[in-house]
Amino acid sequence: MTTEAELKALMIASLRGDAAAHRVFLESLSGHLRAYYKRKLGLAGRAAEETEDLVQEALMAVHTQRHTYDPGELLTPWVYAIARYKLIDYLRRTHAAMSDVPIEDVGELIAYNDHDAAESALDLAKLLTRLPEKMRLAIQYVKLDGLSVAEAAARCGVSESSIKINVHRGLKILAASIAEKGKHEDE
Amino acid sequence: MKTNELIAVLSTNIEPVDTRKLVRKVCAAILIGSSVALSVAIFALGIRADLRDPGALAFLFPKLVFALSVVSLASVYLFRHLRPGGEFRSGVALTALPFLALMILAGVNLTSAAPSHWEHMLLGGQWLECLISIPIIAVVPFAVIMWAVRFAAPTDLTRTGALAGLLAGGVSAIGYALHCTDDSLPFIALWYGATIVLCALTGAVLGRRLLRW
Repeated sequence: MTTEAELKALMIASLRGDAAAHRVFLESLSGHLRAYYKRKLGLAGRAAEETEDLVQEALMAVHTQRHTYDPGELLTPWVYAIARYKLIDYLRRTHAAMSDVPIEDVGELIAYNDHDAAESALDLAKLLTRLPEKMRLAIQYVKLDGLSVAEAAARCGVSESSIKINVHRGLKILAASIAEKGKHEDE
Repeated sequence: MKTNELIAVLSTNIEPVDTRKLVRKVCAAILIGSSVALSVAIFALGIRADLRDPGALAFLFPKLVFALSVVSLASVYLFRHLRPGGEFRSGVALTALPFLALMILAGVNLTSAAPSHWEHMLLGGQWLECLISIPIIAVVPFAVIMWAVRFAAPTDLTRTGALAGLLAGGVSAIGYALHCTDDSLPFIALWYGATIVLCALTGAVLGRRLLRW
């Protein structure tokens, strides 16, 4: 089981740009998030498959909002707040009556772990086609094909910083479009 | 999609992240918003003509103290609400303090005056101008501050929006105070207080829409 100290050390390393630490960090988090959402959605009478949608939404949020973590603070409350925010957002757009989620002990989030992953309804390839071309290409090259930022910049004929910005903005839009998608389907 | 695949995508080629940029960005927005509000008040409305008069400065003082305390408290709480979970560890009740203090002082002031003066003390000469100017001057600071707060990840959108509105209203009141020649405490409590609260309420409503992430 991962602890606050372990998770925080991984997060600090990932903030410095350590991709391996970032991967381990997200993997450990996914187990905790899955256990958290399974319990929460179980209580709310929802199918377990929806759990994986939420796990992935929360992971995207943790990734795209990691600049909002203050390294001087504990990590668990930060992750818990994101997990709870995404849960409320999800319940609000799918089942408004259940969106009143009380604030619990933040330790609850890392107290449990669940590695029994299902497949989510999220289709990255499909979502990518909705992005503006420059963001789609930046994400395709850097995140999917694993090209370096310099290589992607050369291939797109733009500067390295604009590749970085396009990757970041694109991921934020992707994260947001998952939420919007659920909203429209229900309306 | 499998979660492992998503994690692989997210952790490919990551960049170092500057965790202090958020605070810098919001600070810059507050400064820019304040400069715009002050410029509008000084150049569009004009500073009150009697400002060289030491008596006028004494009248300006309570308005500035009130607006500055609103701005300081709103800033402190806004910064706490920028990060996920900020609302777990921080209340916002203290932001009401300047309003309560001013209302008490205004009440004392009214009761010690003859009722025949009350109308003038409450309505002053330019209550309508005050009612319109403070929200209008607050628009640009509010927009700039909200733009910066969108870079953050607040998890209580209503409260964060309200704090941004409160801050913008306070900044606007500082600017308007330089122009306004209605100096009675009941006037300040009523019109400055109400317009700043209106800004905060507008911020709360807009926050729920604009700050989603």
